[in-house]
Amino acid sequence: MSNELEFLSRRVASGKLSRRDFLGRAAALGVTATFANSLLSSAARAAGPVKGGTLKAGLVGGESTNSLDPALFMTQVPFAFGKMWGELIVELSPEGKLENRIAEEIGSSDDAKVWTLKIRDGVEFHNGKTVTAEDVAATLERHSDEKSKSGALGYMKGIESIKASGKEVVLTLKEANADLPYLLSDYHLIVQPNGGKDKADAGISAGPYKVTTNEPGVRHGGERFANYWQGDKMGHADQIEIIVINDATARTAALQGGQVNMVNRVEPKIVDLIKRVPGVTIRNHAGPGHYVFIMHCNTAPFDNNDLRMALKLAIDREEMLKKVLRGYGSLGNDFPINAAYPLFTEIEQRTYDPDKAKFHYKKSGHDGAVLLRTSDVAFPGAVDASQLFQQSAAKAGIQIELKREPGDGYWNEVWNKQPFCASYWGGRSTQDQMYSTAYLSTADWNDTRFKRPDFDKMVLAARAELDEAKRKAMYHDMAVMVRDEGGLILPMFNQFIDATGAKVGGWVDDPHQELMNGYALAKCWLEA
Amino acid sequence: MSSPIVKLVAQRVALGILLLLAVSVLIFAGTQILPGDVAQAILGQSATPESLANLREQLGLNDPAYIRYFRWLGGVLTGDLGTAMSSGQDIATSIKGRLWNTLFLAFWAAIVAIPLAITLGLIAVRYRNGWVDKLISGLALASTSFPEFFIGYLLVFYFAVQHQWFPAISTVYDGMPFGERMQAIALPAAALTLVVLAHMMRMTRAAILNVMQSAYVETAELKGLSAFAVIRKHAFPNAIAPIINVVMLNLAYLIVGVVVVEVIFVYPGMGQYLVDHVTKRDVPVVQAVGLIFAAVYIGLNIIADIAAIVANPRLRHPK
Repeated sequence: MSNELEFLSRRVASGKLSRRDFLGRAAALGVTATFANSLLSSAARAAGPVKGGTLKAGLVGGESTNSLDPALFMTQVPFAFGKMWGELIVELSPEGKLENRIAEEIGSSDDAKVWTLKIRDGVEFHNGKTVTAEDVAATLERHSDEKSKSGALGYMKGIESIKASGKEVVLTLKEANADLPYLLSDYHLIVQPNGGKDKADAGISAGPYKVTTNEPGVRHGGERFANYWQGDKMGHADQIEIIVINDATARTAALQGGQVNMVNRVEPKIVDLIKRVPGVTIRNHAGPGHYVFIMHCNTAPFDNNDLRMALKLAIDREEMLKKVLRGYGSLGNDFPINAAYPLFTEIEQRTYDPDKAKFHYKKSGHDGAVLLRTSDVAFPGAVDASQLFQQSAAKAGIQIELKREPGDGYWNEVWNKQPFCASYWGGRSTQDQMYSTAYLSTADWNDTRFKRPDFDKMVLAARAELDEAKRKAMYHDMAVMVRDEGGLILPMFNQFIDATGAKVGGWVDDPHQELMNGYALAKCWLEA
Repeated sequence: MSSPIVKLVAQRVALGILLLLAVSVLIFAGTQILPGDVAQAILGQSATPESLANLREQLGLNDPAYIRYFRWLGGVLTGDLGTAMSSGQDIATSIKGRLWNTLFLAFWAAIVAIPLAITLGLIAVRYRNGWVDKLISGLALASTSFPEFFIGYLLVFYFAVQHQWFPAISTVYDGMPFGERMQAIALPAAALTLVVLAHMMRMTRAAILNVMQSAYVETAELKGLSAFAVIRKHAFPNAIAPIINVVMLNLAYLIVGVVVVEVIFVYPGMGQYLVDHVTKRDVPVVQAVGLIFAAVYIGLNIIADIAAIVANPRLRHPK
């Protein structure tokens, strides 16, 4: 490594040079971006975390109706605050590997049906009690209960029995699932004393910060938990605070004015303006989230695969990526998986082809307009994207009629009810999780009404398959099937775009969710 | 003088209560026609049919509407606003803090806006049709014509982002030192002041000008009183009723109409609270907030009426 690069990376680590400038200079020195990035993170680590201060985040996605009960977490603020005070059984590292947290070890039987979690010694809850196998078992029981309102219930239902004995929790599944540890990284599954069965919203777990303030929809605060089991890795700031700022302009103003150190969800259309602000760094990176148009495969006229294909071919993905996401994303290919997933395989990219679209449209026998419902809340820029779709389809002779729905009630009245509408998915950590949530015939969230017994069989087979090469091939076949026969039009994967102010150190890009998978406040520090 | 006033006041209050009751019916009916129901809204995108059915049962959404109305009205009369469906928190407790915040902001905005508006109105009358009058009216009109969010953003841009004199967001919390709190609300209070100023100023001006055409003002002028003395002693007292009316209207606006300003400045008041719960179909909260807003409006209007009666003896003795 050249001295110059090392010098520059140290300057970035100490906040004297922006990351972007560094990458530019590294490129000028003939260094690849990947290498430059790894150089940067090692320099940041070498500079070492600084303890103390109050880190503040201004986040969209909080409401006065939020609760501290992890089962009810839905939006970004409870998600991020939960990672501050909550501790999970297992988590995904920024590199996509499984990282054991309260579980010290996870093992399975050969058929992936019986799983054993060994619980770590000496992890302490905020109330002083030690975390036991019983607490973990009770947590899983609460989230897998049929009557539970938990957001994790969908895949927790696959657990047949949960038993705690000594330091171990043994899970027996109804069907084999090689991905179980990934499911346990779900952000709802915060381990609580007695599983939260006594008081689900007490806000007590074993995370790096203790809850000090909880004013839903306004602000949430925590102070460092002195007995956190990983005090050297997390919990650098003395205090953390999340201020709920749902208005995008107010959020950026708060970052610029220095009231907060980081914000989430910077709108693509203003990224270039924000970049010019001194001290502010844009943290954008790819993830599994995607923006979609969904068609119900069992509702006329979308029950005709030629019509579905015509619409898939009539969308100009490149234009949409450029105009709606301003390039902060990647092209979609009509199946919900991208390189963020460990077992992803490339499939030939579908492109805009008005002639072919016209051909399939004729073949479908349908004529007249197709009604597409859209709304601002479907995804940022959804209305613009729908209009672009309308125009590109018109060139293929397909008439799309747009109906703009009110954002209020969109998820109840339109999504998963109307046969053709705009929507988004945040993605999941594994392909199995994604397909099980939205493409199995029995899935509650099967929003494309893709009901294919042959596909279901493939999902179950892949879930039980432990040979990675075979699994990859299976997922490839499943992707092709969804892409060519499903009701999903996926023009683009979006990036997470966060931003940090001056003095924020320790940022590491994490592909799983925004704000370093929710850990930004816990893992970052304030430069002195 | 007491008996006709007491009678008039009693009449007004009784009318107000009746009106409030009618409003409560309207509010309840209105929340019933919102699309979707609260169970669906709480679970949102993650709703499954089983969890929906469980929640509906638990929340008593299966009872007929009139039963739910009387159950609610009974609760309100005994001071129980119920619990928020979405978060399970006691509504009265949550609203207390929020209402206090809103009143605090409205109070400081009013403290600045009302004297300023009336003084400016008086000055405008004194120099009517001259350049001072035109300048005052023009500036006031301009500030009213801009939408609130625009004024808010301008203030944020200049005072928070460019100069960093005041915070861009006005999060206040319990136990916040008074000085910090005042600094936090400076920008939203300024935005509100600008929004309500013109209306009050122009009404003051119009009301006094109206009186200025009376014979007794002419007499006063002929007596050789100075222009300010004429306005202060003879015109203003007679114009007080319409001025109080418009002041009360604007006070009510400061309390119930500040949703946009609260959202821009992230101020934890009633407006934000209401917006959050409307999107969640949290009917009990929407009803409670609606009722409080209605009570504020009706109450302030009654006060305006009574003040007008007290200020103007003629109203006490209707012919």
